[in-house]
Amino acid sequence: MESIAKQKIIEDLLPQKFGKAGKIWVGALLVVCAIGFFAYCRQLSKGLVVTSMRDYASWGIYISNFVFFVAISLVGSLITAVLRLSDVHWSTPLTRIAEIIAVSAITFASIIIIVDMGRPDRFYNLFIHGRLQSPIVWDVIVITTYFFVSLLLLYFPMLPDLAILMKFKEKTGAGLNKMYSFLGSFWKNTPEQIHISEKAINLLSITIIPVAFAIHTVTSWLFATTYRPGWDSTNFGAYFISGAFLVGAGGVVVAMFVFRKAYHLEKYITDSHFDKMGKVLVLLALLYLYFNVNEFLVPAFKMKKPEEEHLLGLFTGEFAPVFWFAITTAMIIPILILLFKKGRKPLPAFVAGCLVVIGSWFKRYLIVTPTLLHPFLPMQDVPASYRHYFPSWEEWAIAIGSLAGALLIITIFARIFPIIPIQETITETEQHEHEKA
Amino acid sequence: MKTNDSSRREFIAAGLLAGLTVAGCTSSSESNPFDSLADNQVKPSGEMVKLLGVNGEVIEVDKAFLKPVPDLPPISNEMARRGIAGKKFVMVIDLSRCKSVKACQTACNHAHQIHGGQNWIKVYPLQEAEHTAPYWQPTTCMHCDEPPCVKVCPVDATFKRQDGIVLIDSDRCIGCRFCMAACPYSTRVFNWEEIDLPKEVAEKPYSCETSVPQKKGTVGKCDFCPDMARKGELPHCVSACPNGVFMFGDMLEDTVTNGAETFRFSDLVKDKAGYRLMEDLGTKPSVYYLPPVNRNFPFENKEPQTETKKS
Repeated sequence: MESIAKQKIIEDLLPQKFGKAGKIWVGALLVVCAIGFFAYCRQLSKGLVVTSMRDYASWGIYISNFVFFVAISLVGSLITAVLRLSDVHWSTPLTRIAEIIAVSAITFASIIIIVDMGRPDRFYNLFIHGRLQSPIVWDVIVITTYFFVSLLLLYFPMLPDLAILMKFKEKTGAGLNKMYSFLGSFWKNTPEQIHISEKAINLLSITIIPVAFAIHTVTSWLFATTYRPGWDSTNFGAYFISGAFLVGAGGVVVAMFVFRKAYHLEKYITDSHFDKMGKVLVLLALLYLYFNVNEFLVPAFKMKKPEEEHLLGLFTGEFAPVFWFAITTAMIIPILILLFKKGRKPLPAFVAGCLVVIGSWFKRYLIVTPTLLHPFLPMQDVPASYRHYFPSWEEWAIAIGSLAGALLIITIFARIFPIIPIQETITETEQHEHEKA
Repeated sequence: MKTNDSSRREFIAAGLLAGLTVAGCTSSSESNPFDSLADNQVKPSGEMVKLLGVNGEVIEVDKAFLKPVPDLPPISNEMARRGIAGKKFVMVIDLSRCKSVKACQTACNHAHQIHGGQNWIKVYPLQEAEHTAPYWQPTTCMHCDEPPCVKVCPVDATFKRQDGIVLIDSDRCIGCRFCMAACPYSTRVFNWEEIDLPKEVAEKPYSCETSVPQKKGTVGKCDFCPDMARKGELPHCVSACPNGVFMFGDMLEDTVTNGAETFRFSDLVKDKAGYRLMEDLGTKPSVYYLPPVNRNFPFENKEPQTETKKS
């Protein structure tokens, strides 16, 4: 392989101004966010009555969106920590993509959970009256921890890059330069600093794995600690985590493809990266499929009375179209595409990644709502509208707005900071050359 | 027998009233009604009333000193959270007497100002299996001794008291609705919108014991009417039911009553094979059901929109 000169790497990877497509993209995201914000203002003034949630379907797409965000954020720990600690080097160019997905997703997970609250004005009660026995408090603790560890894992490896960025004042502009020097002017690239930073990153990488497992396990416990058919499952923690790694890896493949196209990063995000991530996706999809088999077929074999209604609703009833759509798009089709070498080329891998993400979003919906619509005692003495759930336009607007918000954070981050680590790429290229020589 | 009973109840009520008058006067004002000055203002009528004192002794007070108290003084949030000492409230619901009149529901909705088609008491048409008999099952909050809702509440907004009652502090509830997901009896309702209340009700400070006024964005449910218990009265559903389906009482006294009849709780549950709902979940409800045998009414479901389902 032709070695790339240091200067060329820096030039390629410096953040670039938005082109026409970039501006349209950001504009569109802003519009979607604004519509979501408007819908939320309506909800604040009128109450949760603007949603379609009612006493039986008391949680809807806000909560499934929350689970989705927490799930996709897990990929940060997978790519940065698990692969780093197992000494895998091909994933270096993907670490920052994974980490910013993690940070923006976990940010919007926290926002969407506040959106779901009936009394967001009393959020502070969680701190003055919080009780450790409630899984919600566990979730608050681990999500906050995960957010800060992820933020540090984004920040520390970026310090050498900030030093490089500061040298290009004319290119980046005075405003951004000020920000870079505020964030990283203390970084002098001395051996001591590098040593401390390496140590810190290793420590954080080790820390984030149990924290990542905790956030999604605790999120699964929000459901599994209740008695309801469909949630009352000992399989839930592992089921959620395997699904989370799948959707996160799918998200990374999608982001890889988009960034590669938008910023012409073909030299850095290569076909081999898609090939390897494709293999990771197949493994994760098979793993998730395995847990799905456990989750659905074992209770279906017995068909206990309370479970029966719920399971039949998913397999053949009201929720069957969504259920089979989610299973096939999130797992079966991606596996079929990515099992073949040709399927792991960038474009088909991108398609598979999109299918995984979309299917997984609907999968989260199926985890939350059908269970609530199959209570132990039949639905009774409620208005007819309480018996079904289809999200209102406000719910769609807020949910889609939150997804757009997460994408906006990622987009703006990539505008300000190098989305591929510059210094690490240089170091690895040099090492590569050394080995060659 | 019956006259005896009612006179005894009046006697206790009068005692309670007197006790409160005394308590209210001594605590609220500097002027002591029993000192000579206060005595000058109230002229003794000479007519003496026998009362039950605070320590259980019978005392005599001049009738002129008795002042009616319009309502109990409002109790603090702290007292409402602690509950009534030495009590363990329990309810028995006799399914053989229920014909789904729903007077319980109407009275409950009226007392707690519940509108918009929501109900704290639901009356289910149930049938366990294809060939078994259908029956009506009214449900209140089960006031579980192992309440799943209390376990999951992140802010201690729903709590279990020493008298066994599970209540909600609507001034603290953050509206996360985890308790609704946790409750297997679907007993909790959420105030999805601003509730249309008369001004004087809406302006009242919220009390955990009356559960009024309900607030937008918080959870509500059956509260066993502890405000009524403090007054020595029965919950609204119990006194509203024309068929005596609901019996309410204190497990430690081993007595339950529907107003007209009083039973020894342990005998009633033993003789009529009482049971609790979803015993297998380990929630330990405070509501006992008597099976629908030897029924007073045939089962007639006049609601066409709700099909009878298995429990």
